[in-house]
Order: sequence, then C-alpha cells, then structure tokens
Amino acid sequence: MSKAMQQLLGMALFVAGVACIPLATNSGVILNFTMMALYAALLAQAWNILGGFGGQFSFGHALFFGTGAYIQTIAQLQGGFNAWTALAMAVGGSASVGVMVGALTFRYGLKGSYFALVTLAFAEVFRILALSVPFTGAGVGLMLPLQESFSNMQFGSRKGYVYLVLGFVAMALGVTWWLQHSRFGAYLQAVRDNEDAARAIGVNPFGVKLGAIALSACLMGAGGAFYVQVFQYIDPGIAYGPATSVEALVAAIVGGIGTLWGPVLGALVLHVLADVTRNLFGQLPGINLVIYGVVLVLMVVFLPRGIAGLGASLRDRWTGRKP
Amino acid sequence: MTEPLLRIQDLSKSFGGLKAVQNVSLSVPAASLTALIGPNGAGKTTLFALMSGFLRPDSGKVQFDGQDITGRAPHLNARQGMTRTFQIVQPFAAQTVRDNIAVGVHLHVKDRRSALSQAEVVAARVGLSSQLDKPASELTVAGRKRLELARALATRPKLLLLDEVLAGLNPHEIAEMIPVVQGIANSGVTVLMIEHVMQAVMHLAQHVWVLAQGQLIAQGTPAEVTTDEKVVEAYLGHGTAARLRAAAQAGVVT
Repeated sequence: MSKAMQQLLGMALFVAGVACIPLATNSGVILNFTMMALYAALLAQAWNILGGFGGQFSFGHALFFGTGAYIQTIAQLQGGFNAWTALAMAVGGSASVGVMVGALTFRYGLKGSYFALVTLAFAEVFRILALSVPFTGAGVGLMLPLQESFSNMQFGSRKGYVYLVLGFVAMALGVTWWLQHSRFGAYLQAVRDNEDAARAIGVNPFGVKLGAIALSACLMGAGGAFYVQVFQYIDPGIAYGPATSVEALVAAIVGGIGTLWGPVLGALVLHVLADVTRNLFGQLPGINLVIYGVVLVLMVVFLPRGIAGLGASLRDRWTGRKP
Repeated sequence: MTEPLLRIQDLSKSFGGLKAVQNVSLSVPAASLTALIGPNGAGKTTLFALMSGFLRPDSGKVQFDGQDITGRAPHLNARQGMTRTFQIVQPFAAQTVRDNIAVGVHLHVKDRRSALSQAEVVAARVGLSSQLDKPASELTVAGRKRLELARALATRPKLLLLDEVLAGLNPHEIAEMIPVVQGIANSGVTVLMIEHVMQAVMHLAQHVWVLAQGQLIAQGTPAEVTTDEKVVEAYLGHGTAARLRAAAQAGVVT
C-alpha cells in the first residue's frame, strides 16, 4: 500500500475514532476537552499550511481568525443570514483578507522575520479598527443570542460542536494530505526550501504563496466562526489579540511543522499540558501561555522537527548526524 | 542562416559604480554546445542572471526562441524552455532526490504519481538512480551537482544554462560528468555552459565566448580562443602574451 493510501486510511480511522467519543460518553469534561483540542488542532493545521508547508511564519494568524469570527457574527446579527450561510461568508471573507495581505507582502518579497512582523502588524491594525468602527460593537463586543437549533448552528450539548469541529479538522487533514500529494504542494515546499531554485525551474513563487495563504486563511476563518458559535461572544481582543496567533503556531511547531499529523498531535499535547497545569496551579490566568512558551523553547532546542519528527530526531542523535 | 535560439544584444548591467556586464552581444545557435569562459569576476554569472530573468538589464535586449524576453520573470522563461542551474548548488535540502527532480518534472506534468516516476527516468540520465530516496542534504558535492542538472533537465528545456557544473569536483568526478553533459547535448538540448575546467571546454564546446571585466573579448573554437593573445592576457595579466612570445623566441620555453 502506498504512503498516500496509508495516510488516507489513518485519517479515516482517526475521524471515525473521534466520532465515537460523543457516542460513548456524556461526560461534559471529556466532550469539552475533545472539542477544545480539536479546535486547537484546526488552528494549528491552518497555520501549518502557510508556515509549515510554505515556510512563511505568520505571527498574526488571528487576523484571519478574527475576520471569520466577526463575519460569522455580523452576518447573522445585522445581515439576518442563516448561520451556515454566514459560515460560508466567514470563510470567504477570511480568504479575501488572506489574499489581500499576501498580495501586499509577497509582492515585495517579504520573508522570514519581516513577514512575521507584517502579519503581526496587520492583526493589530484590525484589532484597533475593530475597536473603533461601530458595526463590530467596538470595545463592548458582539453577543450572539442563544437560540439552539441546527439552522442556527447552536447545539444543545457539546456533542454537536464536537462533530462540527471534527468536520473542519477532517477537511484540514484532507487539504494537508493534498499538499503532500499534489503539484501545488510540491511547488509550495519547493518555494519554502529554495525560492530561487524553484523559480529557475518554472515555479511562480508569488502565485503559490498566495494560494497557500488563502487556504490557510479559509481554515482559520472557519476556526473563528466556530469559536463564535460555541462561546457566542466576540470582542476585538479575543478576535485579533495575539493569543490565538500564538496558540496556532505553538501547537504546529510543537507537533511538527510541514507534517500531516504534527498540528493535531501538538494541539493534543498542549491541551493535556494546559489542563494538568490548571489542576496544579488553579486558575492562574495566563499560566497556559507560560507553559506554551517553555514547551516551545524546549522543542526548538531538542526536537526541532516536533513530536511528529521524534523518530527522525532520535535517529540523528543516535548516529550523530546534524539535522 | 537560421535564427539562433538565444540572441542577446548590447546587454549592460551595473551594480553601483561596478559595470558588471557592458554591451555584451552574443548568440547561441540551436542544438549547439557553447561555452562561456572568463576569469573570476568577469560577469559570467551576472550574464546568466540577465538572460534567465533573475536580474533586469539596464539596457540591451534578450531574445529567446524568436521572442523578446528582456527582464521577463525566470519562471516564465522556464515555461518557454530556458532553464538555468546555479554555481552554488541550491537543492531543496529537506526533500529526497526524487522529490527534488519531480518539482522540475511538474512543469509539464500535473499528476503527482507520473511526475515521481518520470523523475526516476531523469535521475538515470545523470547517474543518480541509486540515490533516489536519499535526502538532498546527504548528497556529496558531486551528487548535488548532478541533482542540480537533473532538476533542470526535468523541465524538458530547449536551452540549458549550466553555471559551472564541474566546479568543486575532483578529476575523477569531472571525467564522469563530461559524458553526462555530452549526452544531454546529443539528445538535442542546446547547452550554454559557464566553465572554468578547460579540459571540459576543450572536450565539449563547439564554440567559446570569452568574457573579461564585463566585456566580450574573444570568440571562436576552443583551439582559437586559447591561443588568442587577449584571452591569455585576461587570465595571466597585461603583457604576458608579449613576454611569452619573447621567451619562446629566445628559446627559453618553460
């Protein structure tokens, strides 16, 4: 069986396995954990498309998250749209913002820390805009009224949300799998590894990176829409603040960037860690971010390929080869 | 006479006060193997960058396959059939040899699986068949040079611009590589190569252009340019040709 088929089988087993959790238990703790871990996985997967496969490290992925969240809310509150239509608009709107930011930054060949800083700046600009304009509710934020029904994408129990986010994660897995087995993905990784060499053999780096940021923004926008549906409240700090950007990139890096399973693994590990520390330290605000920071430093030093690259890193250590 | 595949006219490029390339005109006929030689810093690699679109010339024209391509982006030139390699090899280090070559194959093949299988055929042409599954970062210098060649070849070029594919190789590796380049030329691909290894130039090239300090100083068959006084002086310093001649006449041949 080819590697591609093995991966597809693994993905199917994963989705089927997770889909059984809500059938097997009614425990709010387990369902909540599953939902939040999957949600974190989705953000990490979104970041991984651009950061892991495209080598463009964004520090401002909250930009797409927040845009998705706001569109999801505003389309329902002020536009009167059905929640599912709003979701399509949120995903499309985030992708448009992605293309806009991408067109501006990649046009001028911004890379590395410059790209990271520009994305961070864009997220901040949007945060301040959201604080100033009236239709976002400014600093007060927007509240989505509680009306449980399928067409409102509001579910009576966590189970509905688990299935919803599992659907997004499955889609993200599909996109990631496609990146590993398609021309577009090969081009994206070629641009990541050596842009000039890629150009010399016919790859248009601008177009490829633009495609990647659009895909990445789509999934991030879906994450934002999901957040609003679950918590029914959004304000500029939640939407465009750095916490979401950091969470997305840390989970991807810890899990292993540029891999199929890395972001999912990373999100799972970080959530277990965050829950354990919360039990140890109580509800010390921000303690999970401290833990994320420590884990990130340790990973970058000892396991630069992340958890998914654990085997390869150990092998290198054993044989004394530099990664 | 038929139109040459590549023709450049009065090409110039300066970096600040440095005139890297000055009013260079040359042409490369289809199905030929042409060499571009010159001392270090002569502007050979800059000239390649100007032809392939990595740099935009200050003035002058580049014509390829009947079209004016002056300043056009490299990926568009590659699509039309002009592919360059780099003197300092640029592998996609994290990827396997097979994946590296497949990126080149993808220029004309969309399907991933057929791209990967065609990569094997290209690897065989440059003698990389045994290393297909190795990461590019684990190849030797000679292996990386072959990979650079394979990736370019995979795009099915009409014109291949080879920037010192033999530099850094030992004599044994050079001897192995020469037939590979010859084989590519024999298959109908037009080759323009920058090369310092004179053994290879003498062996391979039908026509040689000599560049020194950004200007073309000579052209002809390999035998002609190596006896050209201007070429000798460009490499060995001003007045060398006269001294050598005097020495030869005096019978003190060294």
